[in-house]
Amino acid sequence: MLLIECPWCGERAESEFVYGGEAGIVRPADPAALSDEEWADYLFMRKNPRGAHRELWNHAAGCRRWFGVERDTVSYAIARSFRLQHG
Amino acid sequence: MMQVNRLDSGGLIERSQPLNFSFNGRPYVGYAGDTLASALLANDVLLVGRSFKLHRPRGIVAAGAEEPNAIMQVGRGAATLPNLRATQVELYEGLEAWSTKGWPGLRIDFAALNDTFGRVFSAGFYYKTFLRPRLLWPAYEWFIRRSAGFGTAPTQPDPDRYEHVNAHCDVLVVGGGPSGLAAALAAGRAGARVILADENPAYGGSLLGSRERIDGQRAGNWIRAAVGELSTLDDVTLLSRATVFGYHDHNFLTISERCERTPGIATGNVRERLWRVRAREVVLAQGAFERPLAFCNNDRPGVMLASAVSTYLRQYAVSPGHRAVVFTNNDSAYQTALDLKRAGCGVTIIDSRRRGAADLRMRTDEDDIPVLTRHLVTDVTGRFGVTSVSVAQWSGDASQTVTSNIHIDCDLVVMSGGWSPAVHLHSQAGGRNTWNTDLQCFVPAETAQANRSAGAANGKLSLRDCLADGHAAGSAAAERCGFAPAADQAPAAENQHENPPEPLWRVPADEDPDRCPKQFVDFQNDTSVADIRLAAREGYRNVEHVKRYTALGFGTDQGKLGNINGMAVLAECLEVPVEEVGTTTFRPAYTPVTFGVCAGDGVRDLFDPVRKTPLHEWHEAQNAPFEVVGQWHRPWYFPQDGEDLQGAVARECRATRRSVGIMDASTLGKIDVKGPDAVEFLERMYTHNIAKMRVGRCAYGILLGEDGMLLDDGVMARLGEQHFYLTTTTGGAARVLSWHEKWLQTEWPNLEVYLTSVTDHFSTIAVAGPNGRRLLQKVGCDIDLGADAFPFMHVRDAVLGGLPVQLFRVSFSGELAFEISIDSCLALGIWEALIDAGKEFDVTPYGTETMHVLRAEKGFVIVGQETDGSVTPFDLRMNWLLGKDKDFIGKRSLERPDCRRPDRKQLVGLLSEDNETVLPEGTQLIEHARITKPMPMLGHVTSSYMSACLGHPIALALVSGGHERVGATIFASLSDRDAVPVRIVSPVFYDPNNERQRD
Repeated sequence: MLLIECPWCGERAESEFVYGGEAGIVRPADPAALSDEEWADYLFMRKNPRGAHRELWNHAAGCRRWFGVERDTVSYAIARSFRLQHG
Repeated sequence: MMQVNRLDSGGLIERSQPLNFSFNGRPYVGYAGDTLASALLANDVLLVGRSFKLHRPRGIVAAGAEEPNAIMQVGRGAATLPNLRATQVELYEGLEAWSTKGWPGLRIDFAALNDTFGRVFSAGFYYKTFLRPRLLWPAYEWFIRRSAGFGTAPTQPDPDRYEHVNAHCDVLVVGGGPSGLAAALAAGRAGARVILADENPAYGGSLLGSRERIDGQRAGNWIRAAVGELSTLDDVTLLSRATVFGYHDHNFLTISERCERTPGIATGNVRERLWRVRAREVVLAQGAFERPLAFCNNDRPGVMLASAVSTYLRQYAVSPGHRAVVFTNNDSAYQTALDLKRAGCGVTIIDSRRRGAADLRMRTDEDDIPVLTRHLVTDVTGRFGVTSVSVAQWSGDASQTVTSNIHIDCDLVVMSGGWSPAVHLHSQAGGRNTWNTDLQCFVPAETAQANRSAGAANGKLSLRDCLADGHAAGSAAAERCGFAPAADQAPAAENQHENPPEPLWRVPADEDPDRCPKQFVDFQNDTSVADIRLAAREGYRNVEHVKRYTALGFGTDQGKLGNINGMAVLAECLEVPVEEVGTTTFRPAYTPVTFGVCAGDGVRDLFDPVRKTPLHEWHEAQNAPFEVVGQWHRPWYFPQDGEDLQGAVARECRATRRSVGIMDASTLGKIDVKGPDAVEFLERMYTHNIAKMRVGRCAYGILLGEDGMLLDDGVMARLGEQHFYLTTTTGGAARVLSWHEKWLQTEWPNLEVYLTSVTDHFSTIAVAGPNGRRLLQKVGCDIDLGADAFPFMHVRDAVLGGLPVQLFRVSFSGELAFEISIDSCLALGIWEALIDAGKEFDVTPYGTETMHVLRAEKGFVIVGQETDGSVTPFDLRMNWLLGKDKDFIGKRSLERPDCRRPDRKQLVGLLSEDNETVLPEGTQLIEHARITKPMPMLGHVTSSYMSACLGHPIALALVSGGHERVGATIFASLSDRDAVPVRIVSPVFYDPNNERQRD
């Protein structure tokens, strides 16, 4: 049971959150311009690193905000939680 | 024969409180303070079980969690508990226990023939023997399962109560022996919030009943003082009978606390409590496990661990024998020899080492205990109890055979093969272990979480070191939490010098290790030295593989007794150091936990939340059966005069199509969308054109995943320039809101849009049927409901029956229909007004089943029934919904070649050619009636009903290339008869021109 810090609500148990996969996947500005391979790369390919991983979490049973977490996939140690950049 | 092995004095039992209990149907008496194991030993019950595979007679070996043999079924009926260790069962009045193995009985066990042919039953026996013929496996399995003889699970609901508790602390101390008490004192005095958990009823661990002195006082007094002080500290929580069984991520630990000892008495008290603890720091002080020695027939009843014998003597005043041979490779068993001597037993010590013990050696001389150094116990005589041992002089070379020319009569063999720190929780937490050559054991090394081991669990085996280590660990843990250490000293005990243990993983015998009588390593799984040697010879090198081939380390004790010995034997075979073999993975649970405590109070009514609509009680009053959809309970149908499902649904369908029906659709997910960028946001999320929707318009909308597959559907209504109202499927409400929020927050945070779930705020009542308009007019509506003023797919604010509502002209039945959206508090009033006013129209409430039939007659899909995450809008002929001049989530994926394959499974209607077969949903569709292998599957039936209005069965199906095959005949494969022919037709069976809903 991970202890996750929501940037808005503070530290809460993992059971309050929903995992959202790798962070920083940017939706292509013009999908129609991409080849099938480029689109598949955006759609399916994820890093799955051993070690530091930036990922999305949603405080589903709390404030409903999505935010980023930097987590080590080996030790599960969380280096930090961060709010997403607002453009 | 009353408690013949009970000593006249001593022990921590209450002789004034006798307790009656039974074992295998025979009555016995023990005392309060006994465990089931100590009470059995007191009554001279030596035979307590049969072994797992060979069905050898077995007795009690240990006094704690590592006990391999005394595995009991305790209690009767609904409250019976299987596979309890007798050593961990506190005695209570009326306790009934049975051995879980041995058929027909313990003394005469037919399967003991396995032992006679024991050489055949070596490692991998089952794999090798029962492989062929494959057809016979069910017969083999029946016999193997029967002879394995596990305990029996109860079949009735558990009558007891359980609960879960969440707790937080600065320092969790695991284990209340000398190290744990010292740690808890140090941390508690420093001011930290401490939880001290110990699995036993009393604190003290190895100190219980001992003669040691701490800070100048007897151990018992020191324990009392320590526990007394801890209980006065406000921030210290003391948990006894509480096993910390899991060390999970981020210092989250789970504790099973046994509260009510007697099962099934339905006192209303909590039987067991699960503590879910988040600790900032953890001190692991669970002590160490003594190892057995692997000599021939070391599993005979009457062969016991030295520390267990001391525990039975000191805590329970039970002497398991009268003439004992103590066999050891280390100093600690000498203390047991002294305990036995003081209890009046004859004792001989056999020490494999040249030097024998250091300090204790002198004291045993005083007590006149003969000691044979550089000798080995090589074999045990006696089947249901020890009668003598064979002893041989030894050169110190473990690879040579020896000659056993000494025989000592005895009824108890006490063994000690050294100590293994209980590194279980440390390892569960991700910590590493290193091999300590001096101590001949794995000790904790680097930790992976905020924990530290202390005392025997940390390889500190003397009392003095335990106390100092525990105190230091408690102080350090408190300091890490920001508490300055108290100015106290570690509790002090007399220093004892010990000679180091010498490795003796396999005791040399008179024959070579593969021919001599069995030398057991893992008693519960009947794994012997020879089995591990065989595995190594057959090429197994990885300890995890050896475990699974030989069963080493499975079962209730999970290798606590035998694993290190087994790994050392493997290391010897592989000619590598023990640390290179390593340990198997330590996983929760440390000891078995009950399903009851895992479930806690989340059972029966509290198993899952139930969501009810505001009309629920009305439905109940009509005796409607309910269908569970997600957590919602929805009325399934409304039976009249003993109607069954089919009869009620036929009536409800006909009444709705003929006149008017009403349905509670309140469970629809509802999302309110507002903001200046609402149009832009919805354009990106939904496939149809949003900007073109005028205020007051409704539209059917679908959501796709970015992979182009249908995710959810619903109605979208434009309530204002910047205000929309969305419905979702009943089961998809939370998922859809989360999906919208994810895109809004992570991808387009610059869009100003506000999403609010209003599912529970508004109730929805569908009024469907040609008399729907008249019904609303009769209830009293302030707006013109005519088709020109209020056309299909529009929304209007209105006052209905004096109450403010929103009316949606949408239809999920294909009839003229209105959906009334109203504040949930007012829903029942509108519903009852509709029922009252509707009498002249024979207004008919209908449930989910009729809703399904009506929509299937129209070919309307249900997400999750017609779709399964691999269905595109093309497959459903929803091309008309896809906006051409804009991008939306999933659009690009629809251009992938796979989404354009002509042979994709596509939505069609099916008609049984016999006009009567209602195909079971899920039926596989095939090309030809004759089954040949391999049989290509064309698709499957997704929905299927008897249509009362059409007079024949209808079905929806996904069929490969189905859109091009309308008119073709294929076959439905049925399990109970020959495949039946079905004709592919349009999925719209009723009113194909959609005239009725536009009326």
